[in-house]
Amino acid sequence: MLKDITLGQFFPGNSFLHRLDPRTKLLCVLVYIVALFVAANWLSYGLCLLFLIAAIAVSHIRPKAFLNGMRPMIFLLCMTAILNLFFTQGETVLVHFWVITLTLEGVYRAFFMLMRILMLITSTFLLTYTTSPIALTDGLESLLGPLKALHAPVHELSMMMCIALRFIPTLIEETDKIMSAQKARGADFESGSLIERAKALIPVLVPLFISAFRRAGELATAMECRCYHGGEGRTKMKLLRYHRCDFLGFGVTFALIAGVGVLRAFGW
Amino acid sequence: MPLLEVRNLTHIYSQGTPFEHVALENVSFSLEKGEFVGIIGHTGSGKSTLIQHLNGLLKPSAGTVLLDGTDLWSSKAFTRQARFRIGLVFQYPEYQLFEETCYADIAFGPKNMKLPREEIDRRVRKAAALVGLTDEQLRASPFDLSGGQKRRVAIAGVIAMEPEILILDEPTAGLDPAGREEILGNILDYRRQNKATIVMVSHSMDDVARMADRLLVMNESHLAMDGTPEAVFRRADELMQMGLDIPTVTRVFSVLREKGLDVPTVYTMEQAIAALTGDAPC
Repeated sequence: MLKDITLGQFFPGNSFLHRLDPRTKLLCVLVYIVALFVAANWLSYGLCLLFLIAAIAVSHIRPKAFLNGMRPMIFLLCMTAILNLFFTQGETVLVHFWVITLTLEGVYRAFFMLMRILMLITSTFLLTYTTSPIALTDGLESLLGPLKALHAPVHELSMMMCIALRFIPTLIEETDKIMSAQKARGADFESGSLIERAKALIPVLVPLFISAFRRAGELATAMECRCYHGGEGRTKMKLLRYHRCDFLGFGVTFALIAGVGVLRAFGW
Repeated sequence: MPLLEVRNLTHIYSQGTPFEHVALENVSFSLEKGEFVGIIGHTGSGKSTLIQHLNGLLKPSAGTVLLDGTDLWSSKAFTRQARFRIGLVFQYPEYQLFEETCYADIAFGPKNMKLPREEIDRRVRKAAALVGLTDEQLRASPFDLSGGQKRRVAIAGVIAMEPEILILDEPTAGLDPAGREEILGNILDYRRQNKATIVMVSHSMDDVARMADRLLVMNESHLAMDGTPEAVFRRADELMQMGLDIPTVTRVFSVLREKGLDVPTVYTMEQAIAALTGDAPC
């Protein structure tokens, strides 16, 4: 059911990755993604894969969670693979049939693209699985802090993101409940034509929107009651601080991108 | 053959993830036609999970639920049919209203049953009359009504399917005393008119003592007790340990007894009045 969606979910724990500062994790993921795009050969892809597998291993998160999260992406992955497979120009033709030409270069390219996207998604999953939404927005706010000098509403944006993330599970639960209630009255969400199915969603969407607005109003009142007035002059109870493990995390990640860069420079 | 039979029902949420949680474990009981069964238990004891199995909304992790001897999950068509025969009113059902008028909202269930138009109209009007909605209110938007009225529209929406078994999850939660009495009266009226079986989850010991023929007590995912209100409330100490209570009159009378007054054990207001005005010496 809807509850099984793992996208953007946080798995509480106390692994090495859980203990890292959210800023470290955000920056490392960013660096890792850059490394993925710099990587251009078997060896550097292998390095990236090894890094990811090691990270998953120390995160203590079941590999199945990543597979479940990947499910909604299957279409995108297949499309990427197919497009690269058949529309890459190359010299070593493997199969030629009517207008379809399959080249060795195409196979390589499709494989690399697929690997790149899979590793990219998995690394971002790793970030959200091991970082609570609050820590994540805290980290983001701190990293974007310099933009405040340009009068960018950094605090407001991170607060909005925090609230949005916080309400995803609540709204999913609410949707589940409303769907059950309408099913109890004989609503059918699983059969019928596309139009019928879209129509069947009205009894779910109307109450869902009403409750989302109600919740938003209640939340606004609750925040006002606690004298919330934006980020100005607001102090934090939990200050973000880098620890020794953060330097280790940075060290390993920078070693990876340096390695990948060197491999590319030498063209191996 | 019992009308509805629950056999060794177990339900595990998020099986195979770190969030795995056993909500029901090896629960067995059966419902006879025309019974009024109350379900009590503290928050998180598995009551809501249990009732969602009774009309085939949740699929058991193990065990079966039999309606007239047939497994609810034997075929897709039967599951759907069972949901019309076993009506379920969720907690705070007014949050599920979505139509432009109360009439259309109440008609949602019967419409899904693919009944002819006249029959839908008959059922909507009957259900509306039962919960005391006027024609004017039927034409109004459900969002313009008061909380108690919205709740009654939502209950009418389930009653209009004329289920043989009506299950209600805390139908009086968050209502004022007058609203509560009205809803409870509507439920008893429906039972009388349709000879229906009623299952009601409640946190009010007074309500279940007064209305139910039989009580199911849920505790930590298990069915802890199953018996008449008298039999269940006699085990007051065990109930207290489960975070539950006994009816107010029962407590008042037991204090009276401790003070040396010779009064019997009672469970409802009627019994209490009979004991005090009748032959009981006091």
